[in-house]
Amino acid sequence: MPKKYHIHASPVPPRVKPIGKYTTIEFREDCAGSCRKCVKKRCIYDVFKDNYTHMSIMEEPEYLYTCNSCFRCVQECTKGIFSRAINPEYRTLGDKYWTPDIIYKTWLQAQTGKIPVSGAGYRGPFVGSGFDSMWTDMSEIVRPTRDGIHGREYINTCIELSRRPLGLSFNEDMSLKTEVVPILEIPLPILFQQPEFGILSKNIPISIAKAAEKIGTLMFIKSQDLNSDLMAYAANLIPCVNKNNYKNHTEIIHKCKMVEIDYEPGIEKEFSELRKINNDLFISVGMPLNKHSSSRALEIAQTDVDTIHFYADNNGREYDSDNPLFIKEKIREIHLALVKKSIRQKVNLLFSGGMAMAEHVAKAIICGADGVVIDSALLVAMECRMCYRCKSGLSCPAKFENAELPYGSQRIVNLMGAWHSQLLEIMGAMGLREARRLRGEVGRSMWFEDLEKECFGPIFGERKVSLKL
Amino acid sequence: MNKLPEIKETPSRFRNTIGKYIIKRSSKCISCGLCAKLCPYGVHLRYDNYSKPIRPIEHKCIGFECKNNEYYCIDKCPQQALTLRLNPILETMGDYRWTSEMLIAHFEMAETGNLPNVKLEYDLGNSGGGFDKIRFINPDADKYINISDEEIDTSVQLNKTGDDRPVTTISIPCYGGGMSYGSTALPVMVGRARAAKVLNTLTCTGEGGYPPELLPYKEHVITQVATGLFGVREETIKYSPVMEFKYAQGAKPGLGGHLLGAKVTPAVAAMRETVVGSSLFSPFPFHSVYSVEDHKKHVDWMKEINHDVLVSVKVSTPIDVDMVAIGAYYAGAHIIHIDGSYGGTGAAPDIAKKNIAMPIEYAIPKVHRFLLNEGVRDKICLIASGGIRNAMDVVKAIALGADGVVIGTAEIVALECVRCTNCESGRGCARGIATTDPELGYMITEEYTEQRIVNMYMAWRKQWCEILRSFGMKSLKELVGRSDILVHLDYLDESERAKYKPAPNVEMVI
Ligand code: SF4
Ligand code: SF4
Ligand code: SF4
Ligand code: SF4
Repeated sequence: MPKKYHIHASPVPPRVKPIGKYTTIEFREDCAGSCRKCVKKRCIYDVFKDNYTHMSIMEEPEYLYTCNSCFRCVQECTKGIFSRAINPEYRTLGDKYWTPDIIYKTWLQAQTGKIPVSGAGYRGPFVGSGFDSMWTDMSEIVRPTRDGIHGREYINTCIELSRRPLGLSFNEDMSLKTEVVPILEIPLPILFQQPEFGILSKNIPISIAKAAEKIGTLMFIKSQDLNSDLMAYAANLIPCVNKNNYKNHTEIIHKCKMVEIDYEPGIEKEFSELRKINNDLFISVGMPLNKHSSSRALEIAQTDVDTIHFYADNNGREYDSDNPLFIKEKIREIHLALVKKSIRQKVNLLFSGGMAMAEHVAKAIICGADGVVIDSALLVAMECRMCYRCKSGLSCPAKFENAELPYGSQRIVNLMGAWHSQLLEIMGAMGLREARRLRGEVGRSMWFEDLEKECFGPIFGERKVSLKL
Repeated sequence: MNKLPEIKETPSRFRNTIGKYIIKRSSKCISCGLCAKLCPYGVHLRYDNYSKPIRPIEHKCIGFECKNNEYYCIDKCPQQALTLRLNPILETMGDYRWTSEMLIAHFEMAETGNLPNVKLEYDLGNSGGGFDKIRFINPDADKYINISDEEIDTSVQLNKTGDDRPVTTISIPCYGGGMSYGSTALPVMVGRARAAKVLNTLTCTGEGGYPPELLPYKEHVITQVATGLFGVREETIKYSPVMEFKYAQGAKPGLGGHLLGAKVTPAVAAMRETVVGSSLFSPFPFHSVYSVEDHKKHVDWMKEINHDVLVSVKVSTPIDVDMVAIGAYYAGAHIIHIDGSYGGTGAAPDIAKKNIAMPIEYAIPKVHRFLLNEGVRDKICLIASGGIRNAMDVVKAIALGADGVVIGTAEIVALECVRCTNCESGRGCARGIATTDPELGYMITEEYTEQRIVNMYMAWRKQWCEILRSFGMKSLKELVGRSDILVHLDYLDESERAKYKPAPNVEMVI
């Protein structure tokens, strides 16, 4: 067996002070200012250690970056003057999709490379929109689980990006007639792409490319944004070109393994030209996710393309629609359209947009993707707050202009290490040893609407309020 | 239950309690003592030989609602020394499932054994689905039967198979879920067992072994056999009225137990026969069980060790949970315990807590109906758990088809757990509940644990009795599977929906 795939994490501390969830409030009338039993000194998590100076001058507010919310300080303050509130800055993190919790947890994963583990059960809503309206299904007595995370069993997270023949044919002398195309395999069902915003220094894309190299995945990048520093990572880059400009980028096409070309009707005519530049080239066709996606997928899948890559918006919604569908519905639709025509296994499907957490990777694959492509999550790994100030030319609170290369790449490697471990956890619990076997395996999932119909339908009748999925 | 267990006022362990309101007394106070005389809720105390009234007992204050009372202290204070406001801390406490008001209300129930005086929403969380959207229909007023709480039967019979084993009956429809030695402080474990004895119900060892301190209460302690088999011995099966096979835990099905190194103290290691400071991860499945036949062998093995033991099979809730349940029945189990997602756990990867398994609200009717159609529903006791938080969730679960429920989190909320989720690592719980740290663990006593839990269940019992009376029932057994008296708000027309208490819906900062 080849060496086990493992992502090496090493802790990378934050560059800017992270935004904590809480802030203190003091109802100061009675406080002597220096009670010898001050609860701040007794916090078992040493939250106030850096803030001792505040005790004499009592500046407020203090932001509690690492407070674990145990309330002992509040409940034990000798004068009962101490309380806490939500740090207003915490509320401004991200948006409805990229919630403060997602951002905060991503920072921690990028810092430590560890999976978020906690006690006391789940604290979130019963169901939500998007990926939150499906549950994965674990093994039970007769479907044994697998243990990948503690290393007792090997769970393979490899996927291929190369096309596959639909069947083999043989010559009369029984030699193989089917042309066997080369195989392009990556060890993780996650690829990177250049984020749409936040590229505030040239170290940002290089950090991403370097991380891709370290963990063995690939990064999509617009060909016009390539520069000589990035060329060092050519083997891990997928330059994105179009019909009109690819001839200007022969140098990189020659060096890289895969290229992506924008969809256009008749684009397949360019494939042989591209392969003339680089004989071993794998080809992806990129297009926005919209209402034409499944018919285009059907059309392109008939050609000798390797991979089709659909782009959703940053919140995982399709483009050009008043009532945009979420990526999970779209993945299912496209996957099933190909299955129906019996050509699903020939091509690979990648999806980008809104992939914010490790669970989204597993869920997208269950819906029918081969892999996912992440972008904003990479910025969050580098302490982006998703404030979008950079989009309007304002200064970046995460100081992206100063991000150093080793910092950026290791934060991303750490995040991927944590996501990889979570994939192992979830696949192990489902009893699956191959990420490839997870693809389209809806039997390992449960869907809100189905459960409501099956379990509540016979009791309550018909649902009158529909969930915004 | 002829004579109900005694309720004893058991105040918070902490100097300052957390209430919905805060009430402050300023230095303008001249200690006239009027407020102490006026307030009927005991917010202002004043001792005779004490010159100044002591700090208000804030959590007892009923807040702005008091305004129209002639005893409203804020207006009556001659010095205008008192101020009242909403406690800003509420925002930082609780979550979608256990809102801050639900937590505070449970602290109060555990303190007094009564439902809170302060107006708090403790029956419904903010989760936006499941129990939080389910209501009992408005009952017919003529159905109401006017009988006392003592006359109402809240018991559950655990062995319905008709085999020659004991027909064990517990007096309330709840028993305590497994919390292992190692995950919780010993006084918590023993206190829970003492409460189980007083309430005539059960509690469970979890998978960390059977500390000898539990022996005096052994009639009320379930031995759990989980994949790690930590501390399981023949004698511990022999002690127990019920043994529980834990195939999976709803909060992290398909994953084994986690006990991180820092919590593996010498005592824990000795009990589990493992190494101090080394993290313990139980195997994922029972590697000896791949079929109902294998499972039956397991059950038979236990039954052979102890001829009086009842066997409970605890499983999580995959899509085919109904098939698993029937399998457990044919393997000879007395109790099938289904544990839904969203339940409590000492430690689990967040990805598992959020995504794996079916919420218990779906699993209960699914299993109940399946067992009914198979004709075996009255031969097995169906116990549900995983996200059952309060008295109303209990009766909703029963009306959906369960015989009874298992409670974990609510019992530790009674001990003032604030659901901060730090139980898993380091020294564990700063509040002395889920910890093996000697210093933190002694913030809590067995007596306190016992009485707070008894009090909480006695408060819950009041709510159950009122529900039963209003539907003309005298026993909780009559409620089992009565889903016809439930409605789900999302399944009602708007005009119908308006007749029921709306679902709480607050955007939370999580
Ligand atoms: S709430 Fe707990 S963790 Fe937070 S500062 Fe106070 S004592 Fe420390
Ligand atoms: S922190 Fe804000 S300004 Fe900086 S990269 Fe992120 S979105 Fe842009
Ligand atoms: S009524 Fe006012 S002045 Fe009198 S004891 Fe109370 S707070 Fe003090
Ligand atoms: S650590 Fe927090 S959530 Fe866990 S038992 Fe203690 S108070 Fe409750």
